[in-house]
Amino acid sequence: MQFPESWLRALVDPPLSTDELCHLLTMAGLEVEERRPASAEFSSVVVARILTAEKHPDADKLKLCSVDTGEHGILQIVCGAPNAAAGLVVPCALVGARLPGIEIKKAKVRGVESFGMLCSARELGLSEDHGGLLTLPADAPIGQSVREYLNLDDTLITLKLTPNRADCLSLAGIAREVAALTGAPLNLPTVAPVAPAIDDTRGVVLDAPAACPRYCGRIVRGVNAQAPTPDWMKQRIERCGVRSISALVDVTNYVMLELGQPLHAFDDGELAGAIHVRYPNAGERLLLLNEQTVTPTAETALIADEAKALALAGIMGGEHSGINDATTDLFLESAFFAPDAIAGKARALGFSSDASYRYERGVDFELQRRAIERATQLIIDICGGPSTRCGPVVEAVAPEHLPARPPVRLRMARAAHVLGIDLGAAQIEKLVAGMGFAYVRDGETLTVTPPSHRFDIEIEEDLIEEIARLHGYDNIPAPPPTARCEMLPLPEAQRTPMQVRRLLAERGYHEVVNYSFVEAAWEADFSGNNAPVKLANPIASQMGVMRSSLIGGLVGTLTGNLKRQTERVRAFELGRCFLPSADRAAGFGTGVVQPLRVAALAAGPALPEQWGTPTRPTDFYDVKGDLEALFAPRRLTFERTAHPALHPGRSAAVLLDGNAIGVVGEIHPRWKQKYELSDAAVLFEIDLAPLLATPLPVYSEVSRFPAVVRDIALVVPQQCAAQALLDVLRRAAPDYVREIRLFDVYQGKGVAADSKSLAFRVAMQDTRKTLADGDADAAVASLVQAAADKFGAVLRA
Amino acid sequence: MENLEQLVSQATADFAAATELARLEDVKAAYLGKEGALTALLKGLGKLPPEERKSAGAAINAAKEKVESALAAQREALKNAQLEAQLAAEALDITLPGRGQARGSIHPVMRTLERIEQLFRSIGFEVADGPEIETDWHNFTALNTPANHPARSMHDTFYLLDDAGNVREDVLLRTHTSPVQIRSMLAHVDKHKHLAVMPELRVICPGRVYRVDSDATHSPMFHQVEGLWVGEKVSFADLKGVVADFLRRFFESDDLDVRFRPSFFPFTEPSAEIDVAFMSGALKGRWLEIAGCGMVHPNVMRFGGIDPEKYTGFAFGMGPDRLTMLRYGINDLRLFFDGDLRFLAQFQ
Repeated sequence: MQFPESWLRALVDPPLSTDELCHLLTMAGLEVEERRPASAEFSSVVVARILTAEKHPDADKLKLCSVDTGEHGILQIVCGAPNAAAGLVVPCALVGARLPGIEIKKAKVRGVESFGMLCSARELGLSEDHGGLLTLPADAPIGQSVREYLNLDDTLITLKLTPNRADCLSLAGIAREVAALTGAPLNLPTVAPVAPAIDDTRGVVLDAPAACPRYCGRIVRGVNAQAPTPDWMKQRIERCGVRSISALVDVTNYVMLELGQPLHAFDDGELAGAIHVRYPNAGERLLLLNEQTVTPTAETALIADEAKALALAGIMGGEHSGINDATTDLFLESAFFAPDAIAGKARALGFSSDASYRYERGVDFELQRRAIERATQLIIDICGGPSTRCGPVVEAVAPEHLPARPPVRLRMARAAHVLGIDLGAAQIEKLVAGMGFAYVRDGETLTVTPPSHRFDIEIEEDLIEEIARLHGYDNIPAPPPTARCEMLPLPEAQRTPMQVRRLLAERGYHEVVNYSFVEAAWEADFSGNNAPVKLANPIASQMGVMRSSLIGGLVGTLTGNLKRQTERVRAFELGRCFLPSADRAAGFGTGVVQPLRVAALAAGPALPEQWGTPTRPTDFYDVKGDLEALFAPRRLTFERTAHPALHPGRSAAVLLDGNAIGVVGEIHPRWKQKYELSDAAVLFEIDLAPLLATPLPVYSEVSRFPAVVRDIALVVPQQCAAQALLDVLRRAAPDYVREIRLFDVYQGKGVAADSKSLAFRVAMQDTRKTLADGDADAAVASLVQAAADKFGAVLRA
Repeated sequence: MENLEQLVSQATADFAAATELARLEDVKAAYLGKEGALTALLKGLGKLPPEERKSAGAAINAAKEKVESALAAQREALKNAQLEAQLAAEALDITLPGRGQARGSIHPVMRTLERIEQLFRSIGFEVADGPEIETDWHNFTALNTPANHPARSMHDTFYLLDDAGNVREDVLLRTHTSPVQIRSMLAHVDKHKHLAVMPELRVICPGRVYRVDSDATHSPMFHQVEGLWVGEKVSFADLKGVVADFLRRFFESDDLDVRFRPSFFPFTEPSAEIDVAFMSGALKGRWLEIAGCGMVHPNVMRFGGIDPEKYTGFAFGMGPDRLTMLRYGINDLRLFFDGDLRFLAQFQ
């Protein structure tokens, strides 16, 4: 809601500066979003009359004017404006005046002295009009400052109103609020009923009384639709950001801005019979003023006559029944439409109107008659003539459908409890009275009846907020609260996601936050998901579906960084993925399972480029190592798997206690080209939940006896998986074998081409005795035997 | 005896002249070896008359001790010199950079979330979590925002399509973290339903939220932290106290002003917007919106299964993205979601 400060001050004028007034509004919950001067800065420009305008002796297009500037004397001024003529009243910038961009000096123009400048609207920064001098009314006081005369020292204030404060969508509403906050007197315009001069009326039938419980209509005949809008009105509505269209339309807008009541003027000549407020017939269409043809839904109320639909009730008038320059007879509408009946309707049609904006938030349901009288008087004053006559106001009302204003109880003790400050009964009563609310006090309880303009006072808390607001939120103390002091649980066997982040950061990965909505192609390419969760209204087509995997986002991170010449990329993300389920109860009752996952991607050199360490690209085992470190001390297992994102020979399913919890592997070469990846990227993606559980350490006795270490190298067929061999060895090992670790893989000279040698270090230690050589030999023998039985392994010579 | 003194000084001089250990051993032999001068003198003792033998022996032994000590001193000196030489040879350019993996980083907004969690944990708030695809009921209805409520137009909501391509009315991308209030209340009530008086509920819920909005200062996905405190005596003054305390601790500064300004949210009453202004720095004196808050609306309490006559509560929702930008002087929200490692690596 934008308005000029001057209009507000005409209604209520507290002794506050503009700054103080804006602060007052903001701190009362009517946030001042913007304020700016109504016009550009300029000085020393006065109202002047051109006395004579002769041709310049040496220039065809210039005129030599003698200009009366009142107390500043009669000045000789050279002027190039085509409309400069004797008798015209115009703005005159005196010598020394500062206009936007220029300073006026005494000058010689083609040999003739000039003592000032006559100005166009553009030269004063008032508009873009540069067709000629700005002409002022003939009765403008000569010599008066133009700023003063045109009321330019004004401030445009824009309020960012919350949806509950529809009562402040008018100057009267804001003024009422300012009066309540400051105690300054309120000077609303007096509105006297206009006596009907004719009996002409149009019947009004409320066929949809729930949508429209009150409708006032009146015929006004013999108006001049071409009468100009007076400057004061034009200025006020334009300063509210409303374009001046014609005097009749301007009056309806003016009254809406002034009082908050949307009005509509029909061309009475286009109407047939009584007015009906009704729901549409099947398939009924209507061409609106905005040239949009709509087929309103069955719940959208219409204004109709006996032949046709005229307007969308409370939203927008129809094109054919609207007023135009030729209109002489009007039918004025001032109605109350219920918020529920209007809410969302305009939005569903893809637009918003000043009327629907107000109705859906709540218009004062007792304002209609006052508004129609106000408008009638203004129309008669502005567009009226000797033949102008108005009929009586016809009011149709369905009282049972008017908003109820049930009294709201306010207990003083409850207010003190909720606010944490006891204002005292007297102060609370004073604040309620100051808002103009009707109330009855009974001991420590006030029973308040909310006024018809407030739609947001329904419960006790609403009144408590009013009290706090008027008292000032700033005046409520802010001490640290007191509460029971109990320690929070600190489960040691549960890691937090932040600890997981830290582990990854320590291993060189940077955390990214990628969008949860991704390109459909990513889902297909990286997850083989051709039925992702689709957004109905994505912000862009490449953000059209919800991700079921973090992989696409990380590939995007890689591509983006490669484009920025960052060659070594290590990135991770922790976030939700979205997997549709047939079970509507799944996923917190949304039908979409939403697990938290962690994924990391590494590409480029395994280590940052550094001296003394040969550079090699990141490979599968680097990332696998990072993943294993993340889970330590628990041990993961890996099984070959097929995954659409990954190289089939270089990827694995990740298992914890036999349960698949994710994947690790190199990006499939087919995506390298499509996604402009330079190196092979290696990544993993796992569920977060199994990563958060970490076992409490369990003590086992530390042996005092010496350890025995034996190395064995086993030659096995090429395709034998190291993990399988290791599993066999671990199962075959006697209990004094503490650890079996693979420390070398060898292929080449001395090992058959279809074989490989895997070397294991076997650490043995008993907690009860020193191991004899025989024990160690026996252990090694049993390991070798098990490997031979299972894989045909032989000890490497 | 003259001879002995000469011998000692000669030996000392000879040892000093030996600048390598091997040479020193040769010189040692000349005095202390089998054929050495002192060995010879000791061997010659037997030839002396018995009455001289004792004193001569003592003198020779004294001389021998001096020679041995001179030898030891020289040995030590040579060893030290050798070690010095070795150390000098082994000296590294200690200014060469260290080797190893570089450290990664935690996203700046997550740093902020962690600080928020820690600060609130210190006064007894636990962390709660909820889904990002949320039911319409939790996101709006239970938060006192029925269908067609004008407040719904404040949230430009992302909706989903079903398999048939129709818009699903029952679910959406959550527009705020406030639905976690409802989930937390329902769970808390259920957990304590056997008690006459429910213990206080204090939770914060950080997470991603979504709105159809994208420009220089808005991202269609951003973060929020919801806070909720429900108890028998929780008041608006408590809310002010907690939030003001939090902001001073978070920014580690008393050099800031906090103000509460009346506002409107369907799920709180009274409601406030929280602004902060720094008293120094680039943003000095400007009021910046940080959070929305208020006393939990009685209808919301009821939807959460809590009797609003018996309990009251406050809730707030703040923007950690904004807090992060203010904390580190970041001027573009889009950097948070761009994955640019040059930006992210600054937050180690």
